[in-house]
Amino acid sequence: MTLGLINANPVVQAKKERLVRREDQYRDDGVDPLEIYEYVRDIRDPEHPYTLEQLSVLSEESVTVDDKLDRILIMFTPTIQHCSMANIIGLCLRAKLKECLPLHYKVDIRVSPGSHADEVSVNKQLNDKERVAAALENPNLRQLVDECIYSDEI
Amino acid sequence: MTLMDKNLGLVEVQKLEGHTDRVWNVAWNPAADGVLASCSADKTVRIWEQSSLTRSWTCKAVLEGTHTRTVKSLAWSPCGKLLATASFDGTTCVWENFATDSESVSVLQVHESEVKSVSWNASGSLLATCGRDKSVWIWEILPEYEFDCSAVLTGHSEDVKMVLWHPTMNVLFSCSYDNTIKIWCSEDEDGDYNCVQTLGESNNGHSSTVWSISFNAAGDKMVTCSDDLTVKIWKTDISRMQSGEGYVPWTHVCTLSGFHDRTIYSVHWSRDGVIASGAGDDTIQLFVDSNSDSVDRPSYKLLLKKEKAHEKDVNSVQWAPDKESRLLASASDDKMVKIWKLASEP
Repeated sequence: MTLGLINANPVVQAKKERLVRREDQYRDDGVDPLEIYEYVRDIRDPEHPYTLEQLSVLSEESVTVDDKLDRILIMFTPTIQHCSMANIIGLCLRAKLKECLPLHYKVDIRVSPGSHADEVSVNKQLNDKERVAAALENPNLRQLVDECIYSDEI
Repeated sequence: MTLMDKNLGLVEVQKLEGHTDRVWNVAWNPAADGVLASCSADKTVRIWEQSSLTRSWTCKAVLEGTHTRTVKSLAWSPCGKLLATASFDGTTCVWENFATDSESVSVLQVHESEVKSVSWNASGSLLATCGRDKSVWIWEILPEYEFDCSAVLTGHSEDVKMVLWHPTMNVLFSCSYDNTIKIWCSEDEDGDYNCVQTLGESNNGHSSTVWSISFNAAGDKMVTCSDDLTVKIWKTDISRMQSGEGYVPWTHVCTLSGFHDRTIYSVHWSRDGVIASGAGDDTIQLFVDSNSDSVDRPSYKLLLKKEKAHEKDVNSVQWAPDKESRLLASASDDKMVKIWKLASEP
């Protein structure tokens, strides 16, 4: 771990109000992208004591759902181009969703296009399920991920 | 029933339940009919046996307590008496004595990180392993289950997903997250292994991680599958190679694309020429060469597509080693192992 923060001056947004959604907005048997967003918006950033939403890493537009194919795409925007935490953030998203989602959904996670210098290699690693599984079995990484996804319960 | 039968289907014979986490791989015992091993993220290996009376499979043994992390891959020795297992805990274990008390007789600990695959050569004298540390290791098997490191092969620039020995020659194949397939053999008297060929994008190779390799029965063709959503077929002139002419390169024959729409994790070529593939789209698909009887160029086509073969990703497909049964085993993220039969549907 480097001693200095990767991004010492993140831009922090105020916590957004939780909107009450209309019940009939989406098909009963589909998954509402906003519902998925609820699961991930409060994940804490690995470096700063703010949520991914507050740092604009995630927003409501981050989640898209393809109901026909049962696929979910999450795009997140690291705070800076050379963010080395991008892989950790991706792992946090996967770990959190694994607990919350109906089992049959396929999840793809990518950095927003143009938002990271190593976009192609970060995306490849985040979508290699063997690499993700092995990383989440690593006790040090798992601990960091747990701290980020369970932070609101501490 | 032939492969030209119009009512061919992949019929589910049995679901084998027991693993408590995703099942990564299955392997049929090459010497004992109806014996299958499976390995899982639950850190165990299960041995399943088919009852001669009821014809159904039950779990005969659970190999646990040795690996401390996911068991990713496994391979039976050609004589069927030993089972090698590769784990994310960085070790490769060799087990024996399944009838009585399975015992881990050897633990190889050399990889610096997760071991992804293990393979025995045709005579059972050599073992190969590979892993995320980008290396491939070759081991010589000595008496009393001693393993002597014979070679450490570096060359892949990323995580090596699978190693597989050629079915008849001591030529080793590896495939990787670096999108290539590398071929290793020993060309000189020293017995030193070198990379004699790399199949990459410039040779019509894959454009993303290559997950699996399989050979046809004759050993003159190879099938590979990838995260690039394609299955590729390759060939070599095996008689020239066997005649001692030295290494004969492999060349691309064709690419099967548009069939799977998620990463293809496994391919396996049956003894009677059917290629099975298993992927993240939860399907199992079968392909055959429709020109195999003629001298025409091979023409591979889809024989059948089994939708929702599992509830989740299919990680491994393996045909039973005998020629008649047409049984296929599959392993999935849904924690199941399934046994299928390629047969005419009623």
